[in-house]
Formats: sequence, structure tokens, C-alpha cells
Amino acid sequence: MASPELHRFTLPNGLRVVFAPDPSAPVVGVSVHYDVGFRSEPEGRTGFAHLFEHLMFQGSESLEKLAHFRIVQSSGGTFNGSTHPDYTDYYQVLPSAALERALFLEADRMRAPKITAENLRNQIDVVKEEIRLNVLNRPYGGFPWILLPPVLFQTFPNAHNGYGDFVDLENATVEDCAAFFDTYYSPANAVLTVAGLFDVSEARALVEKHFGDVPARPAPVRPSFAEPAPSGELRTTHVDAHAPMPALAIGYRVPDPVTDVDGYLAYLVLAGVLTDGDGSRLQQRLVHREQLVTDLSAGCGLFGPLEARDPDTFTISAIHPAEVTADRVIAAIDEELARLSEEPPSAEELAKVTARWASTMHKEHDRLTNRTLGLGSAELLFGRAELIYELPERIAAVTVDEVAAAAKALRPDSRAILIVEPAAGGAE
Amino acid sequence: MSAPATHRSAEEIGRTELGPRPLPDLGTQQPPADLSHVDTVLPNGLRVIAVRRATVPMVEVRLRVPFADPAQSTKDSLHSAQAEILANTVLTGTATRDRVQIDTELALVGGELDSVVDPERLSISGSALASGLDTLLDVLRDVLTGAVYPADEVERERTRLVERIMLARSQPNVIAREALQKHLYGDHPYAKEMPEADEVAKVSREDVRALHAKALLPRGSVLAIVGDVEPEQAVSAIQDALKDWQGEGTAQELAPLPPVQGGDLVLVNRPGAVQSQIRLSAQAITRTDPRYPALQVANLVFGGFFSSRLVENIREDKGYTYSARSHPEFTAHGATLGVDADTASDVTAAALLETRYELAKLGLVPPTESEVDTARRYAIGSLLTTTSSQAGLASFLVNLAGLGLGVEWFVGHPERLQKVTAEEVANVALEFFAPGNFTGVVVGDATKLAPKLKALGGIILP
Repeated sequence: MASPELHRFTLPNGLRVVFAPDPSAPVVGVSVHYDVGFRSEPEGRTGFAHLFEHLMFQGSESLEKLAHFRIVQSSGGTFNGSTHPDYTDYYQVLPSAALERALFLEADRMRAPKITAENLRNQIDVVKEEIRLNVLNRPYGGFPWILLPPVLFQTFPNAHNGYGDFVDLENATVEDCAAFFDTYYSPANAVLTVAGLFDVSEARALVEKHFGDVPARPAPVRPSFAEPAPSGELRTTHVDAHAPMPALAIGYRVPDPVTDVDGYLAYLVLAGVLTDGDGSRLQQRLVHREQLVTDLSAGCGLFGPLEARDPDTFTISAIHPAEVTADRVIAAIDEELARLSEEPPSAEELAKVTARWASTMHKEHDRLTNRTLGLGSAELLFGRAELIYELPERIAAVTVDEVAAAAKALRPDSRAILIVEPAAGGAE
Repeated sequence: MSAPATHRSAEEIGRTELGPRPLPDLGTQQPPADLSHVDTVLPNGLRVIAVRRATVPMVEVRLRVPFADPAQSTKDSLHSAQAEILANTVLTGTATRDRVQIDTELALVGGELDSVVDPERLSISGSALASGLDTLLDVLRDVLTGAVYPADEVERERTRLVERIMLARSQPNVIAREALQKHLYGDHPYAKEMPEADEVAKVSREDVRALHAKALLPRGSVLAIVGDVEPEQAVSAIQDALKDWQGEGTAQELAPLPPVQGGDLVLVNRPGAVQSQIRLSAQAITRTDPRYPALQVANLVFGGFFSSRLVENIREDKGYTYSARSHPEFTAHGATLGVDADTASDVTAAALLETRYELAKLGLVPPTESEVDTARRYAIGSLLTTTSSQAGLASFLVNLAGLGLGVEWFVGHPERLQKVTAEEVANVALEFFAPGNFTGVVVGDATKLAPKLKALGGIILP
């Protein structure tokens, strides 16, 4: 894929800036990625990074509470933020006439967010409702992104629940917020991305105007979150009060995507060979031929591929009828992995995965929100925004032997297995 | 929390020497590029809308076939079950391709096709690299004119469908949706979004093949294609590929729905729930009604976006909910207004009270000029951003086509929004948002909810 021109520069306060101009539609995307996610929150404050993300929308020196939303929306734009293991992102996508407003909004909260006890209290309540909606009140809530890490990982940063326990959320203080902001939300710890219709030199002047006087603070030293892969098969059972059928997730470790991106991509291709489309190995066998499972998926990263640093995961998950045992599903998966590791997939199997990834990337880039966020996270995590344009080619370069080697590396003696059982009585 | 050795206080962080700064003005907005398009009806009766948008070398295809149950009532009708099996097996085999071959051919051109059915329509949607359009259209031709519904595939999908229905019905939002539709429309086919397991078990392969022959018809159907294609060439490629797709009669539109009447809500018990689903509905107007742009603005001000009265009240002020929204829902012949909120059990009654208050207030203290302006600009801007991708535009156009509208409506809509006055918004707010117009359901743990809901009133307890 021809990669569009990228421009990058760094402000004296350390803020890294990426520009990706594209005149095809009169819209513009602005995002800020901060280099802190829920892996960095301390014990006793699970869920804090996400709670803090909510507070960044609650006003800043020049903006009353609610003003952020009103200004973005009255400019015809949309906004959101999200918290990941290793970063937190914020974005606006708007008609191109509103570029300066978006830059103003992001600069104002990077410089001087207004953190009050009242807004903290309100957002703790909102976040608890979010957790009830997405986890506590529904079947398979947090499956597998909250439930698998504590089986696969041993250390707190990697294993804990990034949504947080209610007790920890309730204990959060304004003082915690101030410390978190001063430590992690410095301009030197962030990447600003602008994509869409804009003039590069005008936009650069606007970035300097609005972000130039955000005071410099040092970027925190990022700790290593490395830990050894499991030395055996670790199993945990979770009882789900709402689930009508059992489910399971198998978690493995993958190569460090930062130091070995091509090694990591072999696992991405493997995931496609296993579960992408009716012709894929596991869909054919487990869903159609033997009808062991109702739904099945495999992939890198608990939030998608290339969105976290090391240690990252490869996950295979399935929902299956109660009549089929988890061990039978796992045995069938293991047989297919063993088959792939002994005899590599065909060139045609890889060609299918490669072409579908090319399409997927085109479609992602065609949505300005996804393109802006993809550029920003690639710049933050990998130091290379252009990685997102290189992926189709690099995925196409993965060989059948590399996929076989990846399948071989998914060893039963170094993995986590999460079993989800419906509560007694089964379906509601 | 382990803090760094020194950090500023929250008060210090929240102010700078310079003080608050002024909001920058908007710049000059460039209009979107003209849409090169063709909107035509092929000899077999299929309407085709083709639009060039060459942002990425892809093509998006959306086929929409009206596919309603012709019966007046879903009692004793197997249509829903037959249609579900059809949708789940139409892509599993033809005379020349089996399920895996279909997937393989599509995959090799970066393509995919998916088929889903709802009470109104069967939708076959997909995309491919633009260079693979011929393959995509050939697979589409093959399944439309020659799907064979292999016996083993039908058998398997029957089992799997029952499992998937069970999974869907364990989701609170699905439980709430089914309860609401049943409450609004009873046995009308529109209310039946999923079949029952025993109905699925009764469907034979012959039933599905007969339904395909009778109901999967080009006349009355729409195909939207958007992407890196020349519209004229795309239309002729489609005409060529689908010329053998023929059939007697016109695809089945949904029978008109009875208008929604305001009245008591119904409490649906979901024991053990820690959160409740509030789902309200009232009769509204279609996109073609001259008052529609004003209604669109009024809905935004009420609960249609984040900067709305409902969200600012029950989320940002009171913290009762993470998700609250209101939205128009368009059906083949009409439209309704929906209000949805998910709230913790102990604040459900309070959230319902505030929702009713905001509904009444919208008519009595109508949206100000500034509220109208914010909503108007959001409506115009979000139309621009959501349709700036090929997939977004294709989905938007096929939905418009289902209402008998086309590209002209889309292009002309910003101007209609521009002309809406605060007075027009006040009029529709008073007429359509009156609390008495609404009815609906609350799904939650009745033991926890009943005392407060009973005190609030206007709700039938189990």
C-alpha cells in the first residue's frame, strides 16, 4: 500500500506530533495518546487509569464542566477516550473548520485540567454503571479480557482487573488524581496526531500556539512489565451467573511486538489460518465438522493486535454446549495446532489471510477515527506511525514455516486456561 | 497511592498564570466533494445505487431485500424460523461452490459476504478489494440464483441457531428489546426478532428452498455499491452479473404497524439483575415529513447526543447511568422515538422520574436558540463524518433507500437542518415528547425495584 506522507516534529516541551494530511473529505481527526495505561496503576487503585480518563473530560482551566462535549458537538464533531494496558487515548473527529478548536481543547486539558471532589464522585458513579453494564449484569462480562490475565500472569500490573474493583474506585482521591496527572500526563509522555484535511504549515503554527506553553515536565521512566511465561498449564474456573453456556479461553504468550514485530505478525497470520472464515482450520473442524463449539475466535492482544507492549497474549476462545466438555474442545484445538506445526499451512491459506488483512487495513484507514488512533498508537508504542501502512506488506511476507513455528510455540505446557461455567441451574 | 516525591495539588494543576483562554472561532468549512452516482432500476426490478468514493481501493456492497412475514400475526407462522435458517445457510452452497469454496474465493480477493435477516428485510452485505469486484458479484449471483441449501448445512445451522438464540436471550439488552417490541406490537410480525427453538426444529430444507424461490426477489430490492468504482461501470457489471436473478412479484414489505399509544410501562422481572434497562417508545414521524428536521433537532436536544438534557442530567449530574440515549427508529411505513437508559437497581425509579421530567420539560421549556444551534451543527457535522467512509456511506444509503429515498435526500439534508427554527423545534417537542405519548418496559430485579416503582406509578408490576 502506498503510504501517505507523514510529517513529524517535537515541541520544546517534549510533545511528539504526527501529521497525516489527506484531502479526500473535509473532515479532520485529532488525538492525544498518553503513555500510561492500567498496567501502571498501583495496587489498591485498580481501575484508576480508566477513572482518570473520565476526569479528563470534566473541565479544565478555560472550560467548565460539560463544555468539552458541547464545544466538540456544536462544532459538528464526535469525541471519545479509551484506556488500554499501556496507553490512554483521547480523540475528536470533526468537520475540518473545527481543527483549531480540537487542538485548543486537547491543549487546555493537557495544561490545566480541573479536578474536583464533586466531579470525581460523579464519575466514580458513572464508571460503576459502566462496569455493571459491560461486566456485572451481562453474560460473559469481562470474558476474556478481565478474566484471563490473572490466570496467565503472576505480577500485579499484568494480572489485575483494569476496570477496577468498586472498593478501589471508591477509595480514589483528588490527591491521587493530582499525583497521577503530574507523573504521567506530561507533554513529553504524549503523542499528538492530526489526520485528514488540513494545511501542514498552518496546522503546525496552531499546534505551537496552543501546546507551546504547556509546561515541560519530565517523562516518567517506564518500568519493565516483563515476567516469565508460565512454566506449566495454569487453569482457573470462573462461575458466571448470567451465562447460558460454558466457555473457555486459552492464553499464550507471544514475541515482544516492539523488538520483534515480524515475529509477532506470524501469530497474527496464524490466528487467521485458525479462525478467519468458514475455510479456516478451527472453524471447519470445531464449528462445522464436529460441532463442538457455537462460537470461536483467535487473535493477538486482548484489545486487538499491536495495541500493547510486552508481555502480550495470544488467545483462543470459544463458547460451547454443556454436552461438550472443555477438555474435548481443547484437545481438538491442540490436535490442529500440532498438525500445523508438523506440516505448514498451504500457500493458498496464507494468501487468503494476507488479502483479508489488506482489506481490513484499507477499511480501518477509511474510517478517520480509526486511522487517527492507529497512527497515534503506532507512534507511541513503536515510534513508527507508518507501521500501520506497512502492515499489509509485512503480513504478506510471513512465510508458511514461520506460521508453523508459531503454532509449535503455542505449547500446552506453557499456557493459561480459563473455564467459564454457568451458575447452577444453567440458563436463566 | 504511591505518589512521586513531589507533585502539585489539584488546585495548582488547574490554573496557569495566564488564566482562562478564549475559545477559537471555527475556520472556513469546505463542502464535501460532489458524489458521482447512478440510481437506476434494472430490468429485473432491482434498484441499484452506485456511488464513486475512491478513498481506499475497496468496494462496499449492501443488498437489501424486503423479507417480511406476509401473515398478519406470528401465531402459527414459521416465517421467522425459516427466514433465520435461510439467512444462515444461503452462503453455504451452490451447484458449483460449497461453503469452504465460497469463503476461499472471497478471501482471495480480500472479500467477505454476510447475510442477516430481521422482521423487515434480508440483508446481504460485504466488501472486497476493488480489483475483486467481479468475484464478489459472481458469488452473489451464484447464491441468489442457485443456493442449494445442502441438507447437512441446514441440519447443522438448525442446531447452532438454537444455541445462538439462547446466547442472545441471555443479554439484558436483547431481553429488553424483545419485551418492548412485544409490549408495543403484540403478535405483529415486526415484534418477532428471533424465532423460538421449537419453531426452528420444525423447519425443513424444503421450507427454506421454497422461501428462497418465493421471497428472495429482485423487484422491490435495493443494491447499494460504494467505492473505488465508476458508477456506470459498476451498474453494468451488476446488471450483467445479476441478469438471471428473476422472480414473480415484488419482495414482501412489512405490513403497516399500529401506532404506539402512550400508557403504563410494564416491569419485566430479571431476578439477580444488578442493573435495569429502561426502554420507552412513542409514535414519531418519518424522514419525509416536513417536520422531520425539527424532530431530529428536538431529539438531539432531549437525549440524542452527549450534550443533551437527558445525559447531562442523569449521567453527568446524578451519575445514575453510563449510557442514556434517545433515538428515532424508522420502520417501513412509520417511525417511533425510543428512549433507553441502563441504571443501577437502587436508582432505577429515580432515573425514570428524571426521564419523565425531561420529556415534559422539552415541551414546556423548549430548546433555546443555543441548544438548537448546537444540535443542528452536530447533525450536519456528524452526517459528514459518518458518511466520509465507504462503509458508512453504503450503509447510510441502503437504509435511506429502504425508506424510498436516495442520494438527493442525503445531499439536501444539511440545508433542511440549516433552515430549522427554534419555534419549529418547540412545536415538535410539545407534540411528540409529551410523557403521556410514551409507553415501554423496565427490565430488572422486581424484588429490588417494586417498592420505589410502585410509589412512582405508571408502571404495571408483575
